[in-house]
Amino acid sequence: MQRSLLVSRWEVHVTDQAHTVEHHHDEEGTRLGFWLFLYTELFLFGAFFLVYAVYRSAHVDEFKIAAESLNTTLGAVNTIILLTSSLTMVLSLDALKSGAVKLAKIFLITTILLGLAFLVIKGFEWAAKFEHHLFLQTASGIAAGEGSPLLTPGPEMLPNGQVLFFGLYFIMTGTHALHIIIGGIWMGLVYYWISKGSITPDNTGVLERSGLYWHLVDVIWIFLFPLYYLVA
Amino acid sequence: MEKAMNQSYLNSHTSTKWTKGFMSWFMSTDHKRIGVMYAFTTFFFFFGAVILGFFMKLQKMYPASSGWEIIPAEWYGSFFTLHAIIMIFLFIIPGAPAILGNFFLPLQIGAKDVAFPRVNLLSFWLYLFGAVMAVVGVLLGGADTGWTFTPPYSVTTKSISLFGIDFDSVSWMLTAAFILGWGTILTGINFIVTIHRMRARGMGLFRMPLFTWSIYATSWLQVLATPVVGITLLMIVIERMLPVGFFDPTKGGDPILFQHLFWIYSHPAVYIMILPSMGLVSEIIPTNSQKPIFGYKSIAIASVSIAAVGYLIWAHHMFTTGMSDFAAVLFSFLTFFVAIPTAIKVFNWTATLYKGSITLTPAMLFALAFIFNFSIGGLTGMFLGSLSTDIHLHDTDFIVAHFHYTMFGGAAFGLIGGIFHYFPKMFGKMYSLLWAKIGFVFMFVGFNALYFPMLWLGYYGMPRRYHTYPDIPIFNDLQMASTIGSWILVTGVIIVLSVWIHALLKGKRTSEQNPWNSSTLEWQTATPPILFNFEEELEITRDPYDYEAFHAEVAAGKSVGGSRD
Repeated sequence: MQRSLLVSRWEVHVTDQAHTVEHHHDEEGTRLGFWLFLYTELFLFGAFFLVYAVYRSAHVDEFKIAAESLNTTLGAVNTIILLTSSLTMVLSLDALKSGAVKLAKIFLITTILLGLAFLVIKGFEWAAKFEHHLFLQTASGIAAGEGSPLLTPGPEMLPNGQVLFFGLYFIMTGTHALHIIIGGIWMGLVYYWISKGSITPDNTGVLERSGLYWHLVDVIWIFLFPLYYLVA
Repeated sequence: MEKAMNQSYLNSHTSTKWTKGFMSWFMSTDHKRIGVMYAFTTFFFFFGAVILGFFMKLQKMYPASSGWEIIPAEWYGSFFTLHAIIMIFLFIIPGAPAILGNFFLPLQIGAKDVAFPRVNLLSFWLYLFGAVMAVVGVLLGGADTGWTFTPPYSVTTKSISLFGIDFDSVSWMLTAAFILGWGTILTGINFIVTIHRMRARGMGLFRMPLFTWSIYATSWLQVLATPVVGITLLMIVIERMLPVGFFDPTKGGDPILFQHLFWIYSHPAVYIMILPSMGLVSEIIPTNSQKPIFGYKSIAIASVSIAAVGYLIWAHHMFTTGMSDFAAVLFSFLTFFVAIPTAIKVFNWTATLYKGSITLTPAMLFALAFIFNFSIGGLTGMFLGSLSTDIHLHDTDFIVAHFHYTMFGGAAFGLIGGIFHYFPKMFGKMYSLLWAKIGFVFMFVGFNALYFPMLWLGYYGMPRRYHTYPDIPIFNDLQMASTIGSWILVTGVIIVLSVWIHALLKGKRTSEQNPWNSSTLEWQTATPPILFNFEEELEITRDPYDYEAFHAEVAAGKSVGGSRD
């Protein structure tokens, strides 16, 4: 025996044994919560940016020399890719809102593919750095003699400022790439939910929030790009 | 049908799948059940950390020359680290907001649950996961960095290999703290949205009870401050694993930068700990004085301004570690400034007592002890906030006593008082008032006997974190007094916890709605509360502490009063 009655914002199904509760969506509340979450993400990166700023001012020249070794062209291409992906994300949301489900799915898949392209290019950049012995190795690796002479104490070691630069470069772009991966997986799920019919033109909240997340990842890259590639 | 709806939350469930035993709690999205689960876990950890503290005090009973050794020197660091991590991250930060905030925030504002019930459960799981991780980590490898994880020591220290396994327990603990941080952030977001979106009709912001106000200020701090420390702790993990010297001066890094990033969270964190307890005291005192609270708005605004100013004073932890004179003076000034809203609250509480009809319930005793202890804690904080005395008192037992007066004598006493206040409502069981009061006397006397001598010890130069001390008469006497105080305190803690456990198992059942005759909304529902808190849609027509209107409502049969009148 099941009956449902609407209690305020809550849909409550009463059965003989128990109540199942479905949160009746308070879209505005969810959006408020999500913006607060985005804020915490921003502060997480904010700490990184603060560390970058402090060490850049302490090692101005060494940061410049190290920055020159980064491939500005690849960085610029990646920036264009991410900006474009933000555009396709908005277009996808717009299409879904106007009822063009198929078009929305095409734009969404384009966004995911652009995210993948970003990761592939990032991978090439990292690989090029590794070839030049610029990578972070673990303590046990160093003990086993596998460490890069450029980054471990010794006659060939780079100056401190450059080591810090590359350390921050790998960790900040790495954390950013992690966010791209999370965003990509989320958009994949959204694609699945649209296909399944649980995200519809009347119910675009989840797509909208995954879009907000994606724009945040984009905005962070917009700051990473000039700080690492352009201020050389 | 209606009957099923109106059952106690202890007998009804949010899911059809999990309706029995352990899983009906562990999978429940009901804010009340989640609050109760936090209560059990946090107080379990609290008791464990009290035992650690008991042994640390026992170790200090006799000076080094006597040959007295309870804890080996190399273990002492791990003892106080584990004590601090449990007390701070597992007990007092989640304590009041997660137990009583979860349980009573929706009840106080007339909501059916928090805004994101499933995220709320996720917060609890994150908390539990991080807590187990932290405790397992320390048991497997020890960690003697102190809870502040200050580099370079936290980077260079090696784990103690207990079972012959190579286990990096420091990185493990840091990761655990990161996970715990996400639990707190999600709780904070949840409460902010709940307060903004789910208040009952007529419940304006300035009609919210003061506990809700304090939770609101706390939530903002949790959201604003926690991400920074999370990423900072991860940087230490990275520095331990990879050769990047973010905070290592020999590699171009700056260890003082770590301290800034750490205290930018961890100073606001002390307000995360104290604000909810201040809120609880603001509930207990008007109830047990049967009077409107003095200066309602000023207490509400003081909560928010403590949070705002408290965010800007982190560097007063670093007066001795290197900072420009200008910055030091500025931080000192702001530190004094934050005392103003705090003092306003203390003034308002005492003014509420004036000409009140005071009942000394156990909750009220703890609330009054809160004011006494917290005043000592706050005033000794002024000693430390002034630059010259801080140089003398820094890193001594004076600081240890100061923050125990605020965190234990303040925050924890307030929380325990809050639990005594709300216990009958939460469980529908009554505890022994007499034993609760006996427990209070032991805790209050023991607490002051333990920590007041430590203020002296610190003033005479006893450094903190030391495993033992030289044979000097003044040290010997004060340390002995402090150790004896710890025995009384532990007895008090055991009595209080036993009172609760006994009441849960064998306590007298009560369905009295409003045992303390309180005017706030959370008492106007069944005891224990029903699954969705209130039977009908609510319309709030008066201020929370308007006792005159409340007494009139009770006389007219519109509200449920208490038996005490």
